[in-house]
Amino acid sequence: MSALRRPSMPHPLSGRANRFSRLRLDRLALHGAILLILIVWLLPTLGMLVNSFRPAADVSHTGWWTALSPTAQFTTENYQHVLTRNGLGQAFVNSLFITIPSTIIPITVAAFAAYAFAWMRFPGRDLLFVVVVGLLVVPLQTTLIPILRLFKDAGLAGSFLAVWLAHTGYGLPFAIFLLRNYMGGLPREVFESAAIDGAGPATAFFRLALPMSIPAVAALVIFQFLFVWNDLLVALVYLGAANAANLPLTVLVANLANSLGGEWQFLMAAAFVSMALPLVVFFALQRYFVRGITGGAVKG
Amino acid sequence: MDPRLGTALVVVVGVPLALIGYILGVEQLLRALPGRLQPRVRPWLWLLPALAFLVVFLIYPTLYTLVLSFEDKFARHFVGLANYQYFFSTGDTIGALRNNIVWLVLLTVLAVGGGLLVAVLVDRVRYESVAKSIIFLPLAISFVGAAVIWQFMFAYRPPGTFQTGTLNGLLGSVGVAPVPWLIDAPLNTVALIVVAAWIWTGFCMVILSAALKGISAELLEAARVDGATELQVFRRITLPLLMPTIAVVATTMVITSLKAFDIVYVMTNGAFDTEVIANRMYKELFSFGQPGRASAIAIVLLALIVPVMLLNVRRFRDQEAIR
Repeated sequence: MSALRRPSMPHPLSGRANRFSRLRLDRLALHGAILLILIVWLLPTLGMLVNSFRPAADVSHTGWWTALSPTAQFTTENYQHVLTRNGLGQAFVNSLFITIPSTIIPITVAAFAAYAFAWMRFPGRDLLFVVVVGLLVVPLQTTLIPILRLFKDAGLAGSFLAVWLAHTGYGLPFAIFLLRNYMGGLPREVFESAAIDGAGPATAFFRLALPMSIPAVAALVIFQFLFVWNDLLVALVYLGAANAANLPLTVLVANLANSLGGEWQFLMAAAFVSMALPLVVFFALQRYFVRGITGGAVKG
Repeated sequence: MDPRLGTALVVVVGVPLALIGYILGVEQLLRALPGRLQPRVRPWLWLLPALAFLVVFLIYPTLYTLVLSFEDKFARHFVGLANYQYFFSTGDTIGALRNNIVWLVLLTVLAVGGGLLVAVLVDRVRYESVAKSIIFLPLAISFVGAAVIWQFMFAYRPPGTFQTGTLNGLLGSVGVAPVPWLIDAPLNTVALIVVAAWIWTGFCMVILSAALKGISAELLEAARVDGATELQVFRRITLPLLMPTIAVVATTMVITSLKAFDIVYVMTNGAFDTEVIANRMYKELFSFGQPGRASAIAIVLLALIVPVMLLNVRRFRDQEAIR
């Protein structure tokens, strides 16, 4: 913390030059500390990225940092291997199949409920919303066994539909919570004057509430997309045992990690394939992502 | 063409259309009702799809799990508290519970403390947004991906051979013997928690940083003009004002650590005393075929989370009162 000490009052005993050098030293320490933290944070990912492009023999005998020498060799063979022989290409498509409907359905369902919670008056409204707030933290684990049985009885275990339905249920509390808080913050006058002009609730929702809530919806889309894309447990339980052809990237990479033994170079390439899309989404839409998190958590 | 593409397209386009159709249909129906009744019925019809999902996928299964936790492994006979007795009398499950408590304390301290430190530090430099993106980055990738990345950080070879893991490579360069990070207990649990902290520090940082920006600059400047050192300003003004936000991120981290699963599943699968509750439940269910015991574990997990849930509800009510 000494790096933070930045005297803004002139110390009676220190001369002007002394103060300046002290200030510059503190700034230097601050930059140094931040730089160190950033390096520590980037190093793990950077190391594996370098490693995933090295030949198998190098990976198993030397550390990734030896690749910094000018004689080091690089190859895209690991990526070619996992994409063609480990079924990673198919798993990538599966992840998309799982993620896109699992993002769109809960947000659509939540939007109507959020509007009702925000702008309709009815007995029990606040109590019901408190239940939604409580459901925010219910662990998935307490729902797994009954829902798995439900899916088995309905012949849905192993199908995409099972995962879409489950993710809709699990994603709803947060989606309703975030959208209701956002819609509730919209100016009351807008809805009052619309009602005076004879607009019904459906018109007010489609023409006013929904278009005005686009920032919150965008945040939610990114949030739910990353959540589902990165999910392991739901896919493992509802798809894993029943249908290997539908497995997403996370399950495939986890299986590789548990079974590959010596072939680490493939595991690293596979892990990066699974990270590619979330990283693109993250960098392109970072601002909305942050807004979604802060909006949801700080308000809640 | 993949036949599943057709289904996916139907769902992606069809479900939103069906929901819009449902709402428009509801409004048509309501017109047939007497005007006085309309505002009473409407909210429930608008809420119906969401409530149906919440009941079927969260409320009913939680209650059913509670029932299953009192039954044998075939879900036929009532066995009383036998499954809970098993949980609280078996070394493995008690070990899992103990590890979760270590997770809870250590992850919360590391992620919240680290997030606070980074938020305060980068607040003072011009490249703040770049720095925050880098710290935040791990949250975008999956825990599975993070676990794979860190397996190479922790990789261990017997002493005397060339170390391929980053950490042991670093230790070797200063002449220290390699450490079996993921094998030696309790060091291995700490190693797993470090991975989780690497992911979640960015989350805490983003929220704490947003709260930090909300503190009035004049207030801080006034304290400095009065002669307070930066450390005093932080301890006496910034920290107390951040406390409510710190409480929010801390409760989030408490829940995260209680639910920890992915990192343990991929990196050790609970071997060498690194077991946690969620992973143990998965094993009871799929490896040991014990749904009753798995249900009891899930209920224990829920019971641990209930205090946080009540806290959240109370905080929400307080905030609603101010709105």
